[in-house]
Amino acid sequence: MKYMLLMNYGGADCAPMTEWAPEEIKEHIAFQQRLGQELTDSGELVDAQGLSAPELARFVKSDGQSPPVVTDGPFPESKELLAGYWVVDVENEERAVEIAAKASAAPGPGGAPIRQTIEVRQVMSVPASEL
Amino acid sequence: MNSTPSVEDLLRDLAPRVLGAVVHRHGDFAAAEDAVQEALVAASMRWPTEGVPERPYGWLTQVAMRRMVDQQRSEAARRRREDLAASREPPGAEPSDRDDTLILLFLCCHPALTPASAIPLTLRAVGGLTTAEIAKAFLVPEATMGQRISRAKQRITSSGSGFRMPTADEFPERLRSVLHVLYLIFNEGYTASVGPNLHRGELSGEAIRLTRAVHALLSDHPEVAGLLALMPLTDARRPARTGPDGELIPLAEQHRDRWDRGLIAEGTALLVDTLAKGSAGPYQLQAAIAAVHDEAPSAEQTDWPQILALYGLLERMSDNPMVSLNRAIAAAMAYGPQAGLKLLDGLGDRLAGHHRLHATRAHLLELAGDPAAAAEQYRVAASRTASVPERHYLTTRAARLNQR
Repeated sequence: MKYMLLMNYGGADCAPMTEWAPEEIKEHIAFQQRLGQELTDSGELVDAQGLSAPELARFVKSDGQSPPVVTDGPFPESKELLAGYWVVDVENEERAVEIAAKASAAPGPGGAPIRQTIEVRQVMSVPASEL
Repeated sequence: MNSTPSVEDLLRDLAPRVLGAVVHRHGDFAAAEDAVQEALVAASMRWPTEGVPERPYGWLTQVAMRRMVDQQRSEAARRRREDLAASREPPGAEPSDRDDTLILLFLCCHPALTPASAIPLTLRAVGGLTTAEIAKAFLVPEATMGQRISRAKQRITSSGSGFRMPTADEFPERLRSVLHVLYLIFNEGYTASVGPNLHRGELSGEAIRLTRAVHALLSDHPEVAGLLALMPLTDARRPARTGPDGELIPLAEQHRDRWDRGLIAEGTALLVDTLAKGSAGPYQLQAAIAAVHDEAPSAEQTDWPQILALYGLLERMSDNPMVSLNRAIAAAMAYGPQAGLKLLDGLGDRLAGHHRLHATRAHLLELAGDPAAAAEQYRVAASRTASVPERHYLTTRAARLNQR
């Protein structure tokens, strides 16, 4: 079963990363790399990506005829934007939640867990049953 | 799967025999399996252009053995070999190639493995597929799939199962695992229907090929024959199961002239033959149910009382609530929607929130002439399935009822 684990800007119990000490950032990145390696070694990682910051985001809307309306940032609600995701192929939902919990407790300022909210969503990749 | 079909077929046939030979020589199943995989990949690249060697079995065995020796030179491999030497079987009479294929299947479908691990390992070690092909079929990166297979082998090694036939005591449970894994491989292929999953249809063919191999070796075993009958009887409906855009078409609305009569005849013959031999197990019963559907000229003319009786027998053998769900559908078709709805009420605890329960209730409510309640149940079912074609089907169904 495939699950997508999503992480938004905001949603963590700490100051934004730009205010962390360099070693704290380094430790956090090392943690993310270890997590990615762990999921590869366990045969569960499908994909993991981090997205560029909300400052570079653009919102596009179109009626298919007139030129599209493109909105550039900054956006007041940037903390609701996606920061990154993992796609994992796991035995069951419990395991997806376990991975999300691990990702949520990534180290932040002072090495304390940042308690990032992780959204766990099943990917629609289950085969159809005979109806 | 770029090579010509003949080379590909040859490699897949040879794969378990070569692996059997290498394991007999070196004892280390996990390492031997890696070596054979490398030999198969080498052959699949060279043979199509350079031609198939005169003795392909000898070529593959030699290349794989050489890889083994290379590998065993490394320190880590030496240590692993020493650990393994203790658990290795005492040398006895070498089993034949035929036994090797079975032993490999028993090992790859070991009960210590989850299906998600046993399936790729079986496809690679017994089916002779490459890691890349398996990864593509399950839409995961090749490195991830390779890792999953190697962990599966570690688990088998630590379970202490040697390369030998299960004992008479172990045999029934071990065979059940093998048949279950083959059944799941078949289903993976059969139920994938659209878009990027299209090539998964090959998995059904692979499952049939492997089950045929088991049947050739255990032809007297009724459940092996039952499974081998079930597969073509189900596969026969594949051409009618999806519409031009990949949308699901339920059994009752399928164009039955698109069903494959050849496959139906093949499955029916096997089934009749095996049922004559005595007591029926779950796969034979499922095959019998498929055969009753397959021989009905239309949904209305289906022998529903017989299907109901067969599901009743199946329900007594298995604790699977999906069987009870199907029995409720058969009851509705045989004796009216209320009979089915009554049976569904008894299933609420075990299937609470499952989309199939809601989809079935929706269908029976529709038959009972309650479109509003049916539409609501279709909507609930649509929100709870993780299958794209199913969600489209259920959503459309709800929308159609809303328009009336």
